[in-house]
Amino acid sequence: MMYTFDFSSLWAYWPEFLAGALTTLEMTFAATVLGLCIGVAGAIARGSRHAWLRVVAGGYVELVRNTPFLIQIFFLFFGLASVGVRMPVLAAAVLAMVINVGAYTTEIVRAGIEAVHPGQIEAAESLGLSVPQVYWYVILRPALERVYPALTSQFVLMMLSSSITSQISAEELTAVANNIQSITFRSLETYIVVALLYLVLTVLLKSGFWLLGQGLFPRRRRLGTPL
Amino acid sequence: MSVVVKLEDVHKSFGLVEVLRGVSFEVSAGEVVAIIGRSGSGKSTALRCINRLEKIQSGSIEVCGRRVEAPDLDLRALRQDVGIVFQSYNLFPHLTVEENIVLAPRRVKNVKGAEAHALARTALEQVGLSDKIDAYPEQLSGGQQQRVAIARSLAMSPKVMLFDEVTSALDPELTGEVLRVMEKLAKGGMTMIMVTHEMGFARRAADRVIYMHTGKVWETGTGAMLGSPQTPELKNFLANEL
Ligand SMILES: Nc1ncnc2c1ncn2[C@@H]1O[C@H](COP(=O)(O)OP(=O)(O)OP(=O)(O)O)[C@@H](O)[C@H]1O
Ligand SMILES: [Mg+2]
Repeated sequence: MMYTFDFSSLWAYWPEFLAGALTTLEMTFAATVLGLCIGVAGAIARGSRHAWLRVVAGGYVELVRNTPFLIQIFFLFFGLASVGVRMPVLAAAVLAMVINVGAYTTEIVRAGIEAVHPGQIEAAESLGLSVPQVYWYVILRPALERVYPALTSQFVLMMLSSSITSQISAEELTAVANNIQSITFRSLETYIVVALLYLVLTVLLKSGFWLLGQGLFPRRRRLGTPL
Repeated sequence: MSVVVKLEDVHKSFGLVEVLRGVSFEVSAGEVVAIIGRSGSGKSTALRCINRLEKIQSGSIEVCGRRVEAPDLDLRALRQDVGIVFQSYNLFPHLTVEENIVLAPRRVKNVKGAEAHALARTALEQVGLSDKIDAYPEQLSGGQQQRVAIARSLAMSPKVMLFDEVTSALDPELTGEVLRVMEKLAKGGMTMIMVTHEMGFARRAADRVIYMHTGKVWETGTGAMLGSPQTPELKNFLANEL
């Protein structure tokens, strides 16, 4: 069996590939920022004094982590549409990503918060810091530093699984590739190119997170040891 | 002399267990008081009630004229008046020594840039650690970490300092450096209440010693009391400590 590779017929589509990759990046950026907010809020809620908050946050986490991502996307896009809640495709895709990654982030951040020694919290309270100040300076900052590697892997994973949103035709990289291969009939070449593009995106994302971490966590930068 | 801390018939229970059973004592400005007693006698609990890390069930605690058990207590103001140092240092591991020290002055008292830096320098000088200002806690020995914890408290200029067995987690060689810092503070006029298992130190540094037993102040006197205990319980305790 002989196969002659022909990448040249794909060349004409580089603007589409680029646009798809950019959309994937944008979706990932939005989902990372919003997912982190949800994760922090969720983690605080899971450790709350109020039982109902713990139950709501716990239920959310379990629901998301025990159902397929594709079903969550279909639910948000088709399911809600059938009861009259219609969203643009991209909005539904990003919302699904936020809800999904928010649940995983909740668990990761919670682990970080639980690792903060209660004595440090008492020390901070004893110094006169207010409750929000204690949360921010003494609990969340070290918690995020501690779980930063786990968090960033989760966000990279989310970038890769954003590929699934092509199922509702969100115009990200995978959907673009599907279109191109159906026009050119060069599916092998198309998916090789797309795989490489995802690889590039992953490297970009990881470098970005690394740089951000250098800025955010000076202790880690200077000592190089995990907290 | 003005009274800084005053406990009157304080009762504190955890669930059904009554840990403080009518504790009363007073500490005047500049006074150094050592609290000794067996494990579980309620020493830490008594300290923790003073800055309201624990709430009491009955009785009253007054700190600098403030009623600690009052429902409308300004908790953050109380805690600025009362410094506390714990057995387990509890430094913030993600912050440098300087950041540990200036966190509260900056966020609570709004002390700014250069002034905050100067505050950290002064506090570190007092504990003899000026060269560690940029270190992280994990780079310090236990004794050094504990001295930073003391500096962190001092930087808030508290009116009274509480010490809860601050040398118990330390190797014997490191105990001395921390005790010397505390003695210096005491000589400098700081009002101090310290729970300690170091009998020699209590005798040397304290103006007054309080022996707690089963949630009560059992015996109290000057350091000399440790040489001539009145109650069999204290006699027994001292015999076991030595
Ligand atoms: N948060 C808590 N919940 C329940 N019981 C507690 C709590 N804190 C302390 N206790 C109990 O209260 C009693 C007195 O404790 P406390 O820590 O005041 O003793 P201590 O004199 O400081 O002892 P040690 O010398 O071991 O530090 C102990 O029996 C302890 O088990
Ligand atoms: Mg104790």
